[in-house]
Amino acid sequence: MVPLYWYVLLSAALFTIGVVGVLSRRNVFIVLMSIELMLNAANINMVAFSHYLQNLTGQIFVIFIITVAAAEAAVALAIIILLARNRGSVHVDEFNLMKG
Amino acid sequence: MLKYALIPLLPFAGFLIAGLFGKYLKERAAYAAVAGVAGSFILSVSAFIDVLGGTIIDENLYSWFAIGNLTVNVGFQIDQLTAVMLLVVTTLSTLIHIYSVGYMHGDKGYARFFAYLELFTFFMLVLVMANNFVLMFVGWEGVGLCSYLLIGFWYEKKSASDAGIKAFVVNRVGDFGFLLGMFLIFLTFGTLDFTDVFAALSGPAAAQSYMLLGAEIGVMTLISLLLFVGAMGKSAQLPLYVWLPDAMEGPTPVSALIHAATMVTAGVFMVARCAPIFSLSPTAMTTVAIVGGLTAVFAATIGLVQNDIKRVIAYSTISQLGYMFLGLGVGAFAAGIFHLTTHAFFKGLLFLASGSVIHALSGEQDMQKMGGLKRKIKVTHGVFLVGSLALAGIFPFAGFFSKDEILWSAHNAGEVGRVLWMLGVFGAFLTAFYSFRLIYLTFYGKSRIDHEVEHHVHESPKVMTIPLVILAFFAITIGWIGMPGAIIPHANLFGDFLAPVFPVLEHGVANHGLERWLMVFSVMVALAGIRLAYSLYVKNTSMPDRLARSFKGTYNLLLNKYKVDEVYNFIFVDGLVHRLARFLYNITDVKIIDGAVNGIAGMIRRTSEGSRKVQTGFVQEYAFVMGLGLVVLMGLYYVLK
Amino acid sequence: MPSTLQEFFTLMTPIYPEVVVITVALTVLLLDLFVRKEQKSSLGWYSLAGVIIAALATFKLMGVTGSFFAGTFLLDRFSVYFKFSFYVACSLGILVSINYLKIEDIHRGEYYALMLFATAGMMLMASAGDLITIYLGLELMAMSIYVLAGFMRRDSRSNEAAIKYLLLGSFSSGIMLYGMSLLYGMSGTTNLAGIHAFLRGADLANPMVFLAMIMLIVSFGFKIAAAPFHMWVPDVYEGAPTSVTAFMSAGPKIAGFAVLLRVFSYALQPLQHDVTTIIAGIAVLTMAVGNIIALSQTNIKRMLAYSSIAHAGYALVGIAAGGPEGVASVMMYVFIYAVMNMGAFGIVIMLRRSGERGEEIKDFAGLGKTNKMAAFFMLIFMFSLTGIPPTAGFMGKFYIFKAAIQADMVWLAVVGVIFSAISAYFYLRVIMVMYMSEPQAEFKLATAPSLAIALVFSLVTVIYIGVYPDNVLNFARASIAAIL
Repeated sequence: MVPLYWYVLLSAALFTIGVVGVLSRRNVFIVLMSIELMLNAANINMVAFSHYLQNLTGQIFVIFIITVAAAEAAVALAIIILLARNRGSVHVDEFNLMKG
Repeated sequence: MLKYALIPLLPFAGFLIAGLFGKYLKERAAYAAVAGVAGSFILSVSAFIDVLGGTIIDENLYSWFAIGNLTVNVGFQIDQLTAVMLLVVTTLSTLIHIYSVGYMHGDKGYARFFAYLELFTFFMLVLVMANNFVLMFVGWEGVGLCSYLLIGFWYEKKSASDAGIKAFVVNRVGDFGFLLGMFLIFLTFGTLDFTDVFAALSGPAAAQSYMLLGAEIGVMTLISLLLFVGAMGKSAQLPLYVWLPDAMEGPTPVSALIHAATMVTAGVFMVARCAPIFSLSPTAMTTVAIVGGLTAVFAATIGLVQNDIKRVIAYSTISQLGYMFLGLGVGAFAAGIFHLTTHAFFKGLLFLASGSVIHALSGEQDMQKMGGLKRKIKVTHGVFLVGSLALAGIFPFAGFFSKDEILWSAHNAGEVGRVLWMLGVFGAFLTAFYSFRLIYLTFYGKSRIDHEVEHHVHESPKVMTIPLVILAFFAITIGWIGMPGAIIPHANLFGDFLAPVFPVLEHGVANHGLERWLMVFSVMVALAGIRLAYSLYVKNTSMPDRLARSFKGTYNLLLNKYKVDEVYNFIFVDGLVHRLARFLYNITDVKIIDGAVNGIAGMIRRTSEGSRKVQTGFVQEYAFVMGLGLVVLMGLYYVLK
Repeated sequence: MPSTLQEFFTLMTPIYPEVVVITVALTVLLLDLFVRKEQKSSLGWYSLAGVIIAALATFKLMGVTGSFFAGTFLLDRFSVYFKFSFYVACSLGILVSINYLKIEDIHRGEYYALMLFATAGMMLMASAGDLITIYLGLELMAMSIYVLAGFMRRDSRSNEAAIKYLLLGSFSSGIMLYGMSLLYGMSGTTNLAGIHAFLRGADLANPMVFLAMIMLIVSFGFKIAAAPFHMWVPDVYEGAPTSVTAFMSAGPKIAGFAVLLRVFSYALQPLQHDVTTIIAGIAVLTMAVGNIIALSQTNIKRMLAYSSIAHAGYALVGIAAGGPEGVASVMMYVFIYAVMNMGAFGIVIMLRRSGERGEEIKDFAGLGKTNKMAAFFMLIFMFSLTGIPPTAGFMGKFYIFKAAIQADMVWLAVVGVIFSAISAYFYLRVIMVMYMSEPQAEFKLATAPSLAIALVFSLVTVIYIGVYPDNVLNFARASIAAIL
């Protein structure tokens, strides 16, 4: 049996990788994927805790998170398409019309 | 309750209509204004009848705000005192509104004028109807504001806007006293509702005392004196009276309503309202009486030699306000309010009548350029005569009864009272003299009117003269409601009506025989004053000039109003303030304050410009700052745990 | 399991208002197909009617309290207060949009549907009794607004606002979820009452508890625009269509505060001590950042964005103060803020004409001469935002600072007052520009009946609360029992 803290460490690592990805990658798709990593880190936590506690709520939560994440991705892609069309770029560091 | 709430709200509605739609209504704005006050007047009469029937209203409409244990309500109290004030305020206000319809005709600020006048009436009614100090203070400041607005109504005229500023500054001194007094009341009693404060007066809180400059002063004395400072400012008493004569720069109906009949009496009203507080402090009462008596004579002497018709009446107002305070100070609260009432009518009348004279002479206010108007403006002359007789205190005109009641009360109030009585009688002599000097210079003798003006001399329109006649009627009869016991026993309706409101401070027993003699004496004195004026300004017209030349010093001193303005200017404006200002400017302002002010403003601005740059527009940087915030907050774990 | 239709309806009773709003939103999407382009505004009025029906439904449910759907959905006075605030925000949002969308030529039905979805999300947040409900409500609201922010599809600034908001919003959701997963792991439940019970007996020095709390603070702080999680606000407010900005500055912010209060004053109440310290710090930083950077703004939408940050700071002062007075003052404040801010945005919208953005502060020059009424409205809203009596803004701040003083946080109240004084500078500058400067050119304002209704409603509310704050305050006070 894999101990609980292995899962927690894995999710912490995943979360950190996600955060670093959000902060450092230029391509907006990669940034979105990094955010997915953060969400999945939470998911791993949830499932692990759920199993450990023998309590289903965590798994229900995970299903909701995955669903919402999918919807979010759809919205994000729609907006990215508009940006690509209007600006001809998918690099987040070029989206700085507004500042100050 | 709605009925009573409407009393102030109707004028407010009139204000909104005249103020908001004045541009479209033009001169029709006056209808809304007159309707507002007239409605308020009818409701006041009804409220008065309710009070006569024994109903005393003291009700909170809603709680305005609460800080700690101080709850401030918007609530009205209509007792006998308020009922009287309501009648005085709404009657005068209505008549003066009607008069203004004619007087202001053709002025380009017509609607604005009525809007201010309505707003003023609203605040004045709030002031007299308030059931707590805070709301009263709101009304107090409100009438002050309207007064400045109306004094400076013709703001193109520099003297007018200067006068507005002067009134504002002088009144701040008084208001500061009022505020401190209020604060002290709250500290002492923990409440600012009249009923609660007065109920707590018999408790231990009222017996506290403070050490001030080595002397022990009872808290009641301190509160009373502070409140009286407020009253001195608003009611133009020594030494804070200087703003009132200048306030005559405003349109004449304003002088009549605000600076004679209503607002300036707010101080008298306030002291009367707080009679239970004042009566606990003999020191404060004596102070009120002495200030009142001195002001009565002091202002009257200045009035002797003024040449501007409105200024004479203005000084007369200050002097009469002095009488009112004299009455309050010797414990004759009802008499003070009685004089307030009669004075409102005859002084309102005098101002409006002088407005009619000024109107007739196309704006001339200098009495040296009048004369012989008796036949040309008959109605005005008639009502003016009535008003002056009332002011001089001739039997059976209104002023006689109220002034005599005050003087009689003073006479009964111990030794200080006796001295004050003498001052009062001397003041009565001066009053009779200057008011008939005014009559003779204006209406009798040879005409000294400029030729171009003389052709246009005309009686005022009906809309102006009818209010004058109504006021003249009251100036004769209003005094009869306060018939002294020495003339008809048990007929002092006014005093009996107000008796429940005021604490009883009896001095000695009624001595009708002596009272009758004193009445005859003071009427004789007044007649002597009139007679002297007659011989100087009708019979022997060269006499005044000769007198002025032989008593050049005195004459000039009076003509220059004891140079009080100059002294104040020298001490406060030129002297202290300027010198201090220059001192501060040279030493501190430039280097420290200015530097600090500019420095702080500049610093904030630079910070602002600097921190804008943090907002680079890069979304990842925003996420980074969020993450940084997260990390810093996590680090707090070691601080908090 | 409901066996009959009757039982099903009984089961659904507590969420009738939400059902109404969602149904109306769905029918708007459907009707949109049949409504001609010139008549899209009828969809706006239809949505407004839906909101009003939802308000009536909430009104009928006012007496009902309890938890439903296995404790995930709470019905109490607290949620009712916030739902009414959302109805006001949503109605005003719809009213200011109708004419604006025409001018921007983006009059499409899904706009109103998205607005209603967002409102439904907020309502869910206010009623949430479970972390899952909080998350779902928050995402429903957020995603609708991502789309609304990018609603001007051809405008690069609108696109940019949407992507910025989306990326940062998802980022903060990720942080929130991670915090929630930790809370779940420790307490074994996602139910707020369960978490509360767990924390009462738990070892509060456990760093995991602290970490979870911090992560929730960060993500809710993001939603209410508290510094340093505020940086999306100016860019998104500036880029989004103005009507969306108006809505966004009111609705989601109130919802954020609803959740913040529910979670921190109730579920995490045992951590009160730490929360108070952290929130007080964030409040000071937020007021400082908002007020100071607002000084040098030239774009009115950006200025109002920073002002919105600053106001979040004032409201946080109330949360730091805590206790019944603190909570009630925050609830009152966010409502007042929403109304006055939407009023100000309403005026900004009036300046938008085809061919001119009308978003610079200098575009207000001479408004006091050319359009007295609009200038007067703006004057009152600016006074209220500054906190000058007798406007609602004054009363709101007054009760917030009073609560802080009562909670022995005099220093915080003093800091708040100082920053309010600084804020007078940039609000009054708008008034100065309106009344002291000469008009640049002749122009006509974009007025419409819907906009006028919204403005008059805001103005009357602002003055009414300023003169007579008791009604709202007492309503708020009566609503806090559920979370204390």
